[in-house]
Amino acid sequence: MGAWVDMVFVLLVVIDLFVLASSRLGAVIRAVGVQGALLALLTVLLASSAHDLGHVLVLAIGALAIKAMLIPWLMFRAIREAAIRREMEPVIGFVPSMVLAGAGVALAFAFSGGLPLPSPGKHPFLVPTALATVWCGFLLVVSRRKAVTQVLGFLMLENGVFVFGLLLSDIMPVMVEAGVLLDLFAAVFVMGIVLFHINREFSSLDTEKLSALKD
Amino acid sequence: MTLLAVFVPLLLAASALAWPDNRSRPALLLVGSASHLACVLGLWAFPEPPLLDGYLHLDAVGQVVITTTSVLFLACSVYARGYLRRRGERDNRIFVAGLLALLGAMTAVGLAQHFGLLWVAIELTTLATAPLIYFNQNARSLEAAWKYLLVCSLGIALALLGTFFLALSGAGPGGPRSLLIADLVQSGPALSPPWVRAAFVFLLVGYGTKMGLAPLHSWKPDAYGEAPGLLGALLSGAVTNFAFLSLARVFQVVRAAGQGGFAGDALVGMGLLSMALAAVFMVGQRDFKRMLAYSSVEHMGILALGLGLGGAATFGAFFHSMNSGLAKGVLFLSAGNIHRSFGSKLTDDVRGAARRLPVSGPLFLAGFLAVTGSPPFSPFFSEFVIFNGALGSGRYVVGALFLLFLAIIFVGMGATVLRVVQGDPSGAPERPGFGDSWLTAGPPLVLMLLVLLLGLYLPRGLGDLFRAAASLVAGS
Repeated sequence: MGAWVDMVFVLLVVIDLFVLASSRLGAVIRAVGVQGALLALLTVLLASSAHDLGHVLVLAIGALAIKAMLIPWLMFRAIREAAIRREMEPVIGFVPSMVLAGAGVALAFAFSGGLPLPSPGKHPFLVPTALATVWCGFLLVVSRRKAVTQVLGFLMLENGVFVFGLLLSDIMPVMVEAGVLLDLFAAVFVMGIVLFHINREFSSLDTEKLSALKD
Repeated sequence: MTLLAVFVPLLLAASALAWPDNRSRPALLLVGSASHLACVLGLWAFPEPPLLDGYLHLDAVGQVVITTTSVLFLACSVYARGYLRRRGERDNRIFVAGLLALLGAMTAVGLAQHFGLLWVAIELTTLATAPLIYFNQNARSLEAAWKYLLVCSLGIALALLGTFFLALSGAGPGGPRSLLIADLVQSGPALSPPWVRAAFVFLLVGYGTKMGLAPLHSWKPDAYGEAPGLLGALLSGAVTNFAFLSLARVFQVVRAAGQGGFAGDALVGMGLLSMALAAVFMVGQRDFKRMLAYSSVEHMGILALGLGLGGAATFGAFFHSMNSGLAKGVLFLSAGNIHRSFGSKLTDDVRGAARRLPVSGPLFLAGFLAVTGSPPFSPFFSEFVIFNGALGSGRYVVGALFLLFLAIIFVGMGATVLRVVQGDPSGAPERPGFGDSWLTAGPPLVLMLLVLLLGLYLPRGLGDLFRAAASLVAGS
């Protein structure tokens, strides 16, 4: 059991790095979807006697339905309609962003050593994995030009927040569910609409074209 | 009454979506804002105890910001009647519904006594605003809406992480295991210090993005530049004030946990940075709506500074949130009128606004004088209180920098405003039929009079309210 949980944490971080290194949008969407499915699995694996079964199921099924199925489907539709496959010429290149991501992961492990967990019995990888995923998602948003990739970065950041939320799912389950699921659903829904408009207005999903406004 | 102030606007937003007639739909805004103001005044007369297990309560901090917003929103909905009549070709269904939803969500932010609920309500304000920025449905407003949505969503996601940190800080033995502000403040010393500090950093970045503090302000010039003037007024006079309120609530908890020194310094630093950056970008600014955006960055900086300094300056910060909120209404609404009449917002094209628009032009000038802190308008007095607070706590360097930035901004903003207002408008581009009317020039005029009145005479009830809010947050 413990080995499985370790494995899931390691996979989550590997996906973070893979997403930053990949230029094929289809692969990135699939990877973020798999990360969502792993989060659902993690919710179940980490459930203890302190958890309420109903809340565990809501969180796991919610993550599976929204993060692993609904959103990848929406994103695949978006790239099919805009006929784009690859992320070209990112603001920060693939190798430098890998280096930054690696440094971030190392820092996340170092930093979380200074943050003692007030409630005992939590997995030691939980906080560093959450922080590393948040950092990699953030990096993806600021370093890429395609609007789809930016949305995927936002999703990855949300995945990191979700992992952290698992620390609290026994104390305040409703807060965690409302936070991560509502935010994701609503924000991605609105972003999806805006993506549709960007595609129609510019016939492209390249945010390079969104540069009329500056000082 | 408390619940009505949240749910009446939300219900009206739903009915705006179903309302069939484009011409009469903006009347719903008037109904919503008038009933909201009635609820707020009712709560002034008959305060209500906390509701729903203490999740919702109108305390002094919320009362300052909600009252300002209610007045500003009423002015904006009268203006919207005139504005949307002139833009009759455009479907205003989403616009009216979005504005009403925004009012309901903002009120919920002000009333929330629970950090989770606060966060959900802030998220709702972002989602309600994004379609409003896209009202003009062109490439530029789309770009502004996308940037706003992406930057603010990132900020809000980080704020959620900060909220989780805060929850975790109280999860240890003896901790409150709750996110109710009262519980967290009461058991302040039991909160785990490293987690409280980490929570403050993330919440400062998250809500600071929403407030538009430098260096997290990148969405602001674009959104304010492209959105209709009345949305600019609401964003800079109301939405950002609610983000300030959220930071004040966070600061209250952080102080109770004994980490006030570190948090106060961070707020003072970001406040000064915002003022400095606004000063740099305002000098030589040719787009007068973007100039107003930088003015908003400046005023959010002043609020953060006042909050961080503590003591008397916190009183000044709450006073200033009301003053700058109302003054921003004057500026954005009159700037919207000038923009429409000239068909341009660049100082290269616009001149002689005072002659062509006999009300909006002078109001733009008066609003500039008020917002940059000239007596006898009320922002002068609130900025003076903050300056005094800086000197009173021995922060002479902070006080000197504060004055220096205010002076640079006065000169830089003045140059742009005078170019717009002065001169001969003949030869400048003109769109006939967009002169001043009662509906579009009246609301900023009334707001201007309020700013002047607050400067000449501060009613005792309001003074007591600012003091109560300051003592709640800064404990003095």
